[in-house]
Amino acid sequence: MAGRETAIEQVVEMNELLEVQGIGKRFRGLLAVDDVSFRIPQGSIFAVIGPNGAGKTTLFNMIAGVIAPDRGRISLDGARIDGRRPDEICRRGIGRTFQLVRPFLGLSVEDNVMIGAMLQRPDLRAARRHAHDVLERVDLVGKRAQIASGLTLPDRKRLEVARALATDPKLLLLDEVMAGMRPAETDRMVSILTELNRGTGLTILLIEHVMRAVMALAGRVLVLHHGAAIAEGPPGAVMREPAVVQSYLGAEAIA
Amino acid sequence: MQFVFAGASGRAWVLLAILLAVLCAAPWLAGDYLLTVLITILYLAYVGQAWNVMMGFAGQLSLGHAIYVGLGAYAAAVLYVNFDIAPWIGMLAAIAIAAACGALIGYLAFRFGVGGVYFAILTIAFAEFARIGFDHFGWVGASAGFFLPVANYARNDLWNLRGNPTMFYYVMLALTAAGFALCHALLRSRTGYYWQAIREDEEAARSLGINTFRYKMIAVVISGGMTAVAGVFFAFYYNNLFPEQVFHISRSIEIILGPIIGGIGAPFGPIVGAFLLTGASELMQNVLIAIGFDVPGAKQVFYGVALLLVVIVLPGGVWPWLAARLRLSKS
Amino acid sequence: MPASIYFNVIISGVLTGLVYGLMALGLSVIFGVVRVVNFAHGEMMAIAMYLAIVLFNTLGVDPLVLVIPLAGVLFVLGYALQAGIINPFISRPEYSQFILLVAIAIIITNVLLIIFGPDARSVQTSYSFDSFAIGPVIVDATKVYAGVGTILIAAVLFAFFRFAPLGKAIRACADNYTGALVVGLDVKRLYALTFGIGAACVGAAGSMMVLLIDVTPALGPAYTLLAFIIVITGGLGSMPGALLGGVLIGLTEALAGLFFTPSAKSMFSFGLLVLVLLLRPQGLLARKT
Repeated sequence: MAGRETAIEQVVEMNELLEVQGIGKRFRGLLAVDDVSFRIPQGSIFAVIGPNGAGKTTLFNMIAGVIAPDRGRISLDGARIDGRRPDEICRRGIGRTFQLVRPFLGLSVEDNVMIGAMLQRPDLRAARRHAHDVLERVDLVGKRAQIASGLTLPDRKRLEVARALATDPKLLLLDEVMAGMRPAETDRMVSILTELNRGTGLTILLIEHVMRAVMALAGRVLVLHHGAAIAEGPPGAVMREPAVVQSYLGAEAIA
Repeated sequence: MQFVFAGASGRAWVLLAILLAVLCAAPWLAGDYLLTVLITILYLAYVGQAWNVMMGFAGQLSLGHAIYVGLGAYAAAVLYVNFDIAPWIGMLAAIAIAAACGALIGYLAFRFGVGGVYFAILTIAFAEFARIGFDHFGWVGASAGFFLPVANYARNDLWNLRGNPTMFYYVMLALTAAGFALCHALLRSRTGYYWQAIREDEEAARSLGINTFRYKMIAVVISGGMTAVAGVFFAFYYNNLFPEQVFHISRSIEIILGPIIGGIGAPFGPIVGAFLLTGASELMQNVLIAIGFDVPGAKQVFYGVALLLVVIVLPGGVWPWLAARLRLSKS
Repeated sequence: MPASIYFNVIISGVLTGLVYGLMALGLSVIFGVVRVVNFAHGEMMAIAMYLAIVLFNTLGVDPLVLVIPLAGVLFVLGYALQAGIINPFISRPEYSQFILLVAIAIIITNVLLIIFGPDARSVQTSYSFDSFAIGPVIVDATKVYAGVGTILIAAVLFAFFRFAPLGKAIRACADNYTGALVVGLDVKRLYALTFGIGAACVGAAGSMMVLLIDVTPALGPAYTLLAFIIVITGGLGSMPGALLGGVLIGLTEALAGLFFTPSAKSMFSFGLLVLVLLLRPQGLLARKT
């Protein structure tokens, strides 16, 4: 019996793209993230939710390389990435967006995405072609000559996604990408992400508040509260757990 | 900042070609005085272009760029006077020394996260350090100065950069054209795009896999090296070097005036700025002489006021505004 | 060398350093609160110094007596500068601001050059050559007066920022710009006031500085740089830090002048600056945030 379980565990482990084991982070007395562990299989969409102050952003920043965990390990495709610099993490295959969008405002949409594409394609023509392809996937190709500062917020968000995608990531990290968008725009983003996941097998990790998007996209959800993981599983099941309901009603519920 | 990196339209290139043709013919059209003014304009355009690589492309404000001019000047001059090495060879040493200095400043600044105003102050401090250091550097004449033998103007010796103003004019013209071409090529390369990304938003650039430290270093080293070439020209044109003049902060300010007024970022900016600034200041100088108010400092007050006006009214510089007006840029 | 020479040099350096510190205090206030990189700082001091010289030569008023009036004049100048020209630049990119002040600095330096010419000027008071003897140590009277004056002014300033409502409002702005706006403080006016106060420090320092050094129009940039070195060394936003930094620099210069050639003394200040920027950029006495 024990042998069979081990074999299954081994098979499962081979498909894990991102593995987070027991990471923790303390900021001068405040334990922001407390012994969090989870695994994201290749090709899945994983969401991390929780009330404000739950530690989602800190967790995100540790995976993205902005800050280093105090303890624990983070591995991508079996190789450790915790404590590495953000640019190294991107080169290893993680693309990310920012909570407050940061496109290169003085440059055109196409140039923004080209710069992402140049990571894997030093030849400028190849980079430009790839940028076109990516812009088509996010439905921005018509605005490719526009200067980024002239774009609306939803367009800027899609631009950021395109830019990160252009680096050919194995894992895409999205930091509250749905925030500040109307339902129609949220749906558009959801369909783009769904298509990317189904069409190219892109693995996605989302930090989200917008439940509509979480329910539509995520295969598995991790709930954080006061820095600790309080539930993990398929979205429907997790949202019904008493601990989760209480954490949201107890704190400010965000729709 | 929209037009900063916008390409120039076909019209602009045509104008540039005409300008180049006129400049090539200048020694026949212009008198001695005008020729020296043009040499100054071209020098400032070139050196502003070199500075622009650090600021306009990589976003690092250097207020101590005179250090590269000085290092380049002294290197080539000393090699020529003491070791009989021609300036075109000495230039290689000048570039190497200035590039190393740039690398040092860049390393110290970027490794330790020194940016913005602190970086600017660091560059000022280094330039001052060089000024005082060379003031005490006996082997190159210290504060008494270092001199090149002034040769006979009748013969033009291009290899040793000894000759009449016309020869120097063409050398400077070639340098400026080459500098412009280099900047244009750099901007359109992967490095150029990465520089723009770093300049726009360094953290976002990092998230795209760009090693920002490496690319900032490249900008600093190229900028320093290019500036050193101007230093070589400076040494052989003026034939004397005094640390008080060569490394002085007013030299550093002079270098940035062209690009700031013309517009940082686009290769056309420093050129437009140099023409406008020098042209206007010479005009002003002549007016002042005519009304009898030609005092030391008047020209600098004019520079200061010009800088003030541009920064307040046309913060992007004159070139973007002009380009938009005359439809000289692609958009 | 006999020990007393070291003491003389050290005490002399400390006293001069205090005046440097007062000048830098002005910058600390300006940069710490308004976040403006005042590249015209040394030039403002040059203005104060020239005013002191002119008033001394025409009206015979002692520079020490001029400390308060000149502080007042520079206050008005600073207030006008911030309110009139600099305030709109708060939201502009950083380098725009620098260049604005560089332009102002160039204009001031060269206007002074046009008016006064390039030659050095100084002030000869009745006590210019007096000195006090404390045991084996001999100290210039001018330096003692300047040092004491600085300490008095600094004390008044500290008290103002600690206890006066206006002072506290200014500190609030520095700590939290948006918070200050929310609470209803007129931030732009407070910025102008702060710049004025910083300029007043410079004015006071300038009128004491004429007792210690000669003034030329080219003085400005060197002292701007010195002020930045001091503020960075001592710690941004820390007023005691500015004074400490000033004393440190004064001491470094004095000792360097003793052991090496006097003209090389500023190289040590730069060395110190580079070290501080690299190793402890928040400065020696940085404010805890």
